[in-house]
Amino acid sequence: MEVDKKDERESDSSEQVVNPWEVSAKDGGKIDYDKLIDKFGCQRLDESLIDRVQRLTSRQPHVFLRRGVFFAHRDFNEILDAYEKGDKFYLYTGRGPSSEALHLGHLIPFMFTKYLQEAFKVPLVIQLTDDEKCMWKNLSVEESQRLARENAKDIIACGFDVTKTFIFSDFDYVGGAFYKNMVKVSKCVTLNKAMGIFGFSGEDHIGKLSFPPVQAVPSFPSSFPHLFPGKDNLRCLIPCAIDQDPYFRMTRDVAPRLGYSKPALIESSFFPALQGENGKMSASDPNSAIYVTDTAKDIKNKINRYAFSGGQDSVEKHRELGANLEVDIPVKYLSFFLEDDSELEHIKKEYGEGRMLTGEVKKRLTEVLTEMVERHRRSRAAVTDEMVDAFMAVRPLPSMFE
Amino acid sequence: MGFSKDQLLNRLQELEIDYTKYEHPPVLTVEAQAKYVSSSEGALSKNLFFKDKKHRYYIVSAMVDTKVDMKVLSQRLGLGKGGVRMAPEEALAQLLQVSLGCVTPFAVVNESARDVSLLLDQNFKNQKRCIFHPLSNEVSVSLNTSGLDKFLKSIERDPVYVDLEANPAVGKDQPPDLAVYVPSNSVVIPEITSETSTKQTPPPKSVSAEVKPVASAKPSKPASKGKSVVVENSTLLAFKNPEKFVEEIMDKTSALLLSEAKGENVEALAETRRKLLTSELTHLAIMFKNTAYTEGFHAGKHSQPKRL
Repeated sequence: MEVDKKDERESDSSEQVVNPWEVSAKDGGKIDYDKLIDKFGCQRLDESLIDRVQRLTSRQPHVFLRRGVFFAHRDFNEILDAYEKGDKFYLYTGRGPSSEALHLGHLIPFMFTKYLQEAFKVPLVIQLTDDEKCMWKNLSVEESQRLARENAKDIIACGFDVTKTFIFSDFDYVGGAFYKNMVKVSKCVTLNKAMGIFGFSGEDHIGKLSFPPVQAVPSFPSSFPHLFPGKDNLRCLIPCAIDQDPYFRMTRDVAPRLGYSKPALIESSFFPALQGENGKMSASDPNSAIYVTDTAKDIKNKINRYAFSGGQDSVEKHRELGANLEVDIPVKYLSFFLEDDSELEHIKKEYGEGRMLTGEVKKRLTEVLTEMVERHRRSRAAVTDEMVDAFMAVRPLPSMFE
Repeated sequence: MGFSKDQLLNRLQELEIDYTKYEHPPVLTVEAQAKYVSSSEGALSKNLFFKDKKHRYYIVSAMVDTKVDMKVLSQRLGLGKGGVRMAPEEALAQLLQVSLGCVTPFAVVNESARDVSLLLDQNFKNQKRCIFHPLSNEVSVSLNTSGLDKFLKSIERDPVYVDLEANPAVGKDQPPDLAVYVPSNSVVIPEITSETSTKQTPPPKSVSAEVKPVASAKPSKPASKGKSVVVENSTLLAFKNPEKFVEEIMDKTSALLLSEAKGENVEALAETRRKLLTSELTHLAIMFKNTAYTEGFHAGKHSQPKRL
């Protein structure tokens, strides 16, 4: 996500800005998610929906659901209604391969999508928008394609099932039925509308203007004739971060006019930078995030030195007042990645009431993250170029609903 | 990890070896390489990586025009007429630590290739310069054999030049002339199917095997030198090899059961541990499945139509 200078025209510091290319809070504070849900017009994911997921999948809901990381949705209840009746759906998510270095925040949608694939036993398409990065980040075509393949390896390492997953890069796949849908979508969105939704202006090159349909059409099963032949009514669920909502508002607006079902969405909040909610996680600052290539030593150092602590300045003060859990990053990170609900509760209580010190919390976080990163690295090492080819081959997936 | 192309080129520079570098898109064959590096720069080489029945590995690097008869070579090495076959892809990755289409004399710089025998075409010596991949198939370097020799000696390898086209008689009174170059140590590369029954058919660049769930992998009884190769990759093995897969599961489960038996776990903690274990094992199983599918995919891509 880069700051498009055109966006400055729209954003003033008294309003928060959330769109695919910029995320900033009001007056350098925290993102107000309630306001965002209101503004975007999506729904809160409440307890009852989470319980329903538990009943339908006969397993504990993913930690991201339990902790409210994925907190908003559009039509998720309809997906569940249909699922209950025996009508399946497919998943669609993606990544813009702008850099080789992936950090934990990048993995979040993939970790959640893998859970959805396993829990609901449904197929998945993953779009690598190498064309988008080529255009927005001014990368060469070859470089963006190379990054797409490299990122694909990290994605595969998250544990997707090759018999139910199709990964594709735009440069490779756009054409045929996919392109036909792109044209259909393009015809339904005026220039003015696109400029309104995405903030484009007369200075932007036409590549950018024509990109949104590329991200829209994987929501329609007819874009993948090798996967879903004859299944034009198959519904689509899109797990993504909430800043991607504009693309899919546009898609949902267009779908009925094309005779397609609207895709459903399940959206996540933003993963905070190590320096705190107000900090920006940026690929150019290696200390703002934990990368999947970090060693155990790196992780320990980064957490100890850079993770913003909500603890008090002195031990005495801390024991008296307890930690400020609202701004404490280690606790926030643990709420994303520590599986055990009761352990997390215990830490929050003890730390919040001053009995546990920051050092201990950071130590636990280091353990949890190191194990995660290690496991990711091991799986990544097993992903060969051939495996990437297999995932990206345009092939049928006969057992995709098993 | 293996030597990188940059590390190698630095080493050449440190040794003050004169070479010229050519960068180009990745090439998998000599024909493709020839499109980007003209013969005026030097003599292109063809590089073969093969093994014998006792898991000893060899690199033969020859001029493109030199006729290399594998049967003759096999005999001259004292392995009988059909004693060698092309090395499988895993060996390429694990021993030479290079990718497909990238076999090169330089690969012996890797510790993992310590037991790989390197045979060079004596015709190279007549050339001003010869061309090899410096551990990457996106780059070619041309250098004189004296440079190559200097490099090999720097890693304690004696350069071995052989008349590859010679076909001396091998018999009772004429011992195989290249037998001295057979490595003294074999290397175990984990394989998926049982070795003896697999019939290897060309293409020579890569060999794939179907995963047979019942087949057991070669037991790990490596010679002490080969052992380190196997141990480093034991976690990767769990994704490919049914025995290792089961071993990994048994290890993890028994660790959990042992700690429960010792009463170390409070009920709730045991529940969490079990869940973690389930998730870990499922992940392991998915990677195993993906690896098997990939092998099948490869086999499908390379399979030949039925002979009618």
